[in-house]
Amino acid sequence: MAIARRKFDAVIVGAGGAGMRAALQLSEAGLKVAVLSKVFPTRSHTVAAQGGIAAALGNVTEDNWHWHMYDTVKGSDYLGDQDAIEFMCRQANEVVYELEHFGMPFDRLENGKIYQRPFGGQSQNFGGAQATRSCAAADRTGHAMLHTLYQRNVRANTQFFIEWMGLDLIRDEQGDVLGVTAMEMETGEVMVLQAKATLFATGGAGRIFQASTNAFINTGDGLGMSARAGIPLEDMEFWQFHPTGVYGVGVLISEAVRGEGGYLLNKDGERFMQRYAPHAKDLAGRDVVSRALTMEIKEGRGCGKDADHLLLKLDHLGADVINMRLPGIREIAIKFAQVDPINEPIPVVPTAHYMMGGIPTNFHGQVVAPYKTGPEEVVRGFYAVGECACVSVHGANRLGTNSLLDIIVFGRAAGNQIIEDLKKSPHHKPLPADVADRTLARLARLEGQKGGESVAQVGATLRKTMQAHCGVFRFADMLKEGVTKIGEVAEQAAQTEIKDKSKVFNTARIEALELDNLAEVALATMVSAEARNESRGAHARDDFPERDDEKWLKHTLYFRTGRRLDYKPVRLKPMTVESFPPKPRVY
Amino acid sequence: MRFSIYRYDPDKDDKPYMQDYDIALEPSDRMLLDALVRIKSVDDSLSLRRSCREGVCGSDAMNINGRNGLACTTPVSGLREPVELRPLPGLPVIRDLIVDMTQFFKQYHSIKPYLINNDPPPETERLQSPAERAELDGAYECILCACCTTACPSFWWNPDKFVGPAGLLQAYRFLADSRDQASAERLDNLEDPYRLFRCHSIMNCVDACPKGLNPTNAIGKIKDMMVKRTV
Repeated sequence: MAIARRKFDAVIVGAGGAGMRAALQLSEAGLKVAVLSKVFPTRSHTVAAQGGIAAALGNVTEDNWHWHMYDTVKGSDYLGDQDAIEFMCRQANEVVYELEHFGMPFDRLENGKIYQRPFGGQSQNFGGAQATRSCAAADRTGHAMLHTLYQRNVRANTQFFIEWMGLDLIRDEQGDVLGVTAMEMETGEVMVLQAKATLFATGGAGRIFQASTNAFINTGDGLGMSARAGIPLEDMEFWQFHPTGVYGVGVLISEAVRGEGGYLLNKDGERFMQRYAPHAKDLAGRDVVSRALTMEIKEGRGCGKDADHLLLKLDHLGADVINMRLPGIREIAIKFAQVDPINEPIPVVPTAHYMMGGIPTNFHGQVVAPYKTGPEEVVRGFYAVGECACVSVHGANRLGTNSLLDIIVFGRAAGNQIIEDLKKSPHHKPLPADVADRTLARLARLEGQKGGESVAQVGATLRKTMQAHCGVFRFADMLKEGVTKIGEVAEQAAQTEIKDKSKVFNTARIEALELDNLAEVALATMVSAEARNESRGAHARDDFPERDDEKWLKHTLYFRTGRRLDYKPVRLKPMTVESFPPKPRVY
Repeated sequence: MRFSIYRYDPDKDDKPYMQDYDIALEPSDRMLLDALVRIKSVDDSLSLRRSCREGVCGSDAMNINGRNGLACTTPVSGLREPVELRPLPGLPVIRDLIVDMTQFFKQYHSIKPYLINNDPPPETERLQSPAERAELDGAYECILCACCTTACPSFWWNPDKFVGPAGLLQAYRFLADSRDQASAERLDNLEDPYRLFRCHSIMNCVDACPKGLNPTNAIGKIKDMMVKRTV
């Protein structure tokens, strides 16, 4: 079967904040760039980010990037790479001002500067008083940012391929990346998009869990494509459970609620966070708060008839603050929890939210993997940024509002790096003869499959298994069993059957292809988690409750072939400042 | 719960038809989107767009018992049965509940939906008072779901000429921004018999907006600006 081919300087897969920030850099430099997205760009999941973007502007309290760096390293439970963290925190102010110049509608302080609010894990003076670092547009910061970036790309005439799904990565014999295969969803047509630079900005994969704040589209497509092409996945055991998802629904209730002064209560009306984090209380690291909620429920102090959730109280903030700073939260609470937070607390539970791991990269956005000489050789032609990447600035636990910063800083950095790299290698490499074989085989299998289980069934089993075996607290026997079960799910995923064979906007086919990616992510997560015999950040092992820096201060690398694990050292040396050596992490 | 859903697959159907579904919902299926996901788990050929499932991405706009809305924020409990679901009116149907939104986005793009300010940017943020920033409230929150525009008779008649409520609300968002310097150019861009003035204040848009925004009000303000600059 002959497949259409098109050539670009760069192909970006994903049009969320990271992809669009990179696209802007490339379009404005005059490169021929194609941006693929499964959804219209403003529907990408960045749109759902609520609370803010971290930057030490110091508009409210004194602040500087070095304190932000310390907080991020500590928040990561020392698993974050300190060179990348320094890079990110140093650039934060500049990229936020740039967004403002692009037209982003930040809230304002009386003096006309950008409004900032406190968030968890933010401190002054390396662990001192609470800092106020998150720049916000009400509780719709992601929406404001994503629309602004789309608008700016409209101005720059960026070429979007809207409702196109990336299917597989194209690599040649040397391992260089030469583009992707992709499908136009409206027609079912498959195309080879050849590129000198391929950037993945495909976002998260939170849909591997049953209770998730994530959108339906967050299926880890970039990770699946990478894993199938032999790229390892880094630190996949580290998943953030957000302390406050709406009970029974999963929709996110921003940490901004606690930043503005809200707090959590158990069934006795006790403000229990002061027992778990006497200093920071409700604004401790998210991993700490999620574990506290889980313990409260386990020990019988949960609320409701099943004692299975906690309450987030904010009525004391008053209607004015709620309507001005948290209007989206109020809307969500009324629609999804049937409570008006002006009068009543919101029922919440820890909910899968963010993937700290991903495709290994350096802080230029270049994908790095062990090949011949070391664990971090650049994979030529391949870049990744945002949630799908592991750079690693979040380590074992991400701080709130550092993700919007991550996508902008590294989206821009990767754009700049691609511009430089294309100056050095301005030509397309020849495509291998088997360029689309893997993709066509996957599609042919799906087309001809008889007697397989439905995508909905296998997907449900996958999510249920991840939820039960790889949640907030992890147990050796459950993980071991989980590896077996997820292995079975992956086999079922490879044999799903769809009834719909239409060429036109076949969402059944799309969901089946997404399930392939979810299965890769779930396997990587379970295998990596089972092997890490310590507790660090979001990875909390019942049988190894302590952090073990001697044995485990290292990044996991998961290889799909043979489900093999390898490890590489954490980059403890920052770019210019002194290293923050690991110490006990208390809030 | 009983549903009657518009079906059309150009790959196999000569013409559209309504298909009935009778489906047992779980207690957790509170929103219409939950019900549609459940239907799709039985009949995988039912095609619709959806993503965030919390009313911020704007993917799952459709016509629900005659009114435009988002499936993910519409509770099933209040819906009359059989729940009649159709694609958004006034746009070409690609398949089932999925419409071709090209015309909608073309109109959005036509208003130059980006900040225009030709001064060299300062070292830090441009200042804007809270009152100036408040002018953007009620406009910047638009999720481009197209519920409003596709509920507008003026858009149905002239989708190629009339910008429509969503596009005009965004035109106002930039006209109202104290940082934007292109007001005159923006008003010129709307000064013709169709682009702005086809709005006859029917207010279907206000009724349809799932985010509680008021495009008619914004359109009125643009008309005021037009009048003010001529006198």
